Amino acid sequence: MRRQILGLAVASLALLAGTAFAQDKKVTIGVSIPAADHGWTAGVVFHAERVAKLLMKEHPGLNVIVKTSPDAASQANAVQDLAVQGLDALVILPSDPDPLVNAIQQVKDKGTFVALVDRAPSVNDSTIRDLYVAGNNPALGQVAGEYIKKTTPDAQVVVIRGLPIPIDQQRQDGFDKGIAGSKVKILDRQFGNWSRDDAFKVMQDFLTKYPKIDVVWCQDDDMAVGVLEAISQAKRTDIKYVVGGAGSKDMVKKVMDGDKMIPVDVLYPPAMVATAMELTAGNFYDKVPVSGTYILDATLVTKENAKNFYFPDSPF
Amino acid sequence: MANVVSEPAKAPKTSKDWDMAAIAPFIALALLLVLGYFANPNFMTSANLLNVVTRSSFIAVIALGATYVITSGGLDLSVGAMLAFVASLMILFLNSGTIADPALALTAGMALAIAIGAACGLANGLITTIGRIEPFIATLGTMGIYRGLTTWLSQGGAITVRDRDIMALYRPVYSGSFVGVPIPIIVIFVTAAIAAFVLYRTRYGRHVTAVGSNEDVARYSGISINRVRTVTYVIQGLCVAVAVLLYVPRLGSTSATTGSFWELQAITAVVVGGTALRGGVGRIWGTICGAFILEIVGNIMLLSNFVSEYLIGAIQGAIIIIAMLVQRSLMRK
Repeated sequence: MRRQILGLAVASLALLAGTAFAQDKKVTIGVSIPAADHGWTAGVVFHAERVAKLLMKEHPGLNVIVKTSPDAASQANAVQDLAVQGLDALVILPSDPDPLVNAIQQVKDKGTFVALVDRAPSVNDSTIRDLYVAGNNPALGQVAGEYIKKTTPDAQVVVIRGLPIPIDQQRQDGFDKGIAGSKVKILDRQFGNWSRDDAFKVMQDFLTKYPKIDVVWCQDDDMAVGVLEAISQAKRTDIKYVVGGAGSKDMVKKVMDGDKMIPVDVLYPPAMVATAMELTAGNFYDKVPVSGTYILDATLVTKENAKNFYFPDSPF
Repeated sequence: MANVVSEPAKAPKTSKDWDMAAIAPFIALALLLVLGYFANPNFMTSANLLNVVTRSSFIAVIALGATYVITSGGLDLSVGAMLAFVASLMILFLNSGTIADPALALTAGMALAIAIGAACGLANGLITTIGRIEPFIATLGTMGIYRGLTTWLSQGGAITVRDRDIMALYRPVYSGSFVGVPIPIIVIFVTAAIAAFVLYRTRYGRHVTAVGSNEDVARYSGISINRVRTVTYVIQGLCVAVAVLLYVPRLGSTSATTGSFWELQAITAVVVGGTALRGGVGRIWGTICGAFILEIVGNIMLLSNFVSEYLIGAIQGAIIIIAMLVQRSLMRK
């Protein structure tokens, strides 16, 4: 990782030197993201580094510095380190937004362009950031619910939740809204902690508890791995399909290949950090207005569009 | 099902001190089975009980090693991270394609896992004994190392067995069965039988108990404390490796979060089983029973309809404390 970042820095220095005579504006964008500690954040790191390279190729005067940090405290330090290097813009996906408010505010007060990604602090307005890019948690639930309502109108569904935190609740509320007014029945909801092993256990017990299950909604592609294994080991054939979420390469591949158990996936793309980076670069080079709030759709990935969301090189 | 019930009969044969303390965990287990029966009629089906016991195999086998470490007065917090690390290296080896023949590659991969597990355990042992660092701190350190290396190997994502032939060959080790008994359950009992034999019937086993019960007396009796303790960590490493051999065929994949908090579950299983956390008393069959208790509590919570999903953690904690209190009250008689 460090070598890659170093490589990026060296490459960008070389680019800077080579284009010193070109009339290209010199801009430095700092990108601060959590370290890859599970699948989704690994995807964030992958896409941040991928798009950093693309942007620097496109704009020879641009320097993008990507820094990863394992926790909120070290991310606050990383933001300060970045600020010292003279930033024109900061793109940040905070590991935990509220403890990082002060660090972000300091950068913002210096007049730096700030783009906040995914996780918002309690006060999320133009005093702390210029641009806010995020996925849509309620829609992630709602899109899954609506798909189930449409495909299997009287399905008996078991739900595997993530961890008891606000975004999980938003997804559940969205799901309830999605299936509202239909005969879709929720048999049970239990926590699988966004872990493959725990989802396997919960699914095994669901299979014991209910003789007939039509659909499993586990709202996360990592947990879908455990769910599929539990179903295949129990040799149960009553389950028609499983709906995950996020858009991991393994599950998108299954959708692409027409796997009957995984007919669709719902996006909550780690690539959203790249959206923020592109918009930030646009602010400097294209003079287009970008300030504001961008909520990405929870797109339904189907067999037809799956290839647009498939990144075979990504760790996630 | 048959295994669970025949348990109490086995305990007195292997455990020398046939007393209430040794059978208390089995009474707690029996009470839980009754509770489960009332929670959901599907609980007492052989399919459910076999599922649960099979699932407990990872913690049970790891906890056998922890019984040795704790009996000798040590502690190993690194086992969960070690499992993830060893499993990741094993999968990377299987993916490397060094050996073309699937059966041969699998055999080599399994041997490699055993060797790495033993080496990781040896590292823990040497740091605590030769390095003279408190086991709590030493293994907290190696826990960070094994976990960090796993995250680095996987780049935060997942490491998955790519070769379908190998996976097809390997999958039955977790999901297959021999004369109706799932293979992981056979592994639990064979490993436990070996562990019980070594701890109760060999000189080394008695040394482990002696070292944990009184270090000074053991030293004056001419026992090499460091050697005995180091070997307990190697045994722990071997047990983790056996758990890896069962874990990899289940999902064929590891991630940075594989095995997190399993060290706490293993230690809980050991203590619920009647082994003293301060050392000096080791109960192999109690540990197995403790691992079953932990898994069954979770299973009952899920199968019952009267516990809110938000309260499961609290009820699990309460049941474990009640089980321990039942044990204590039995011991005083």
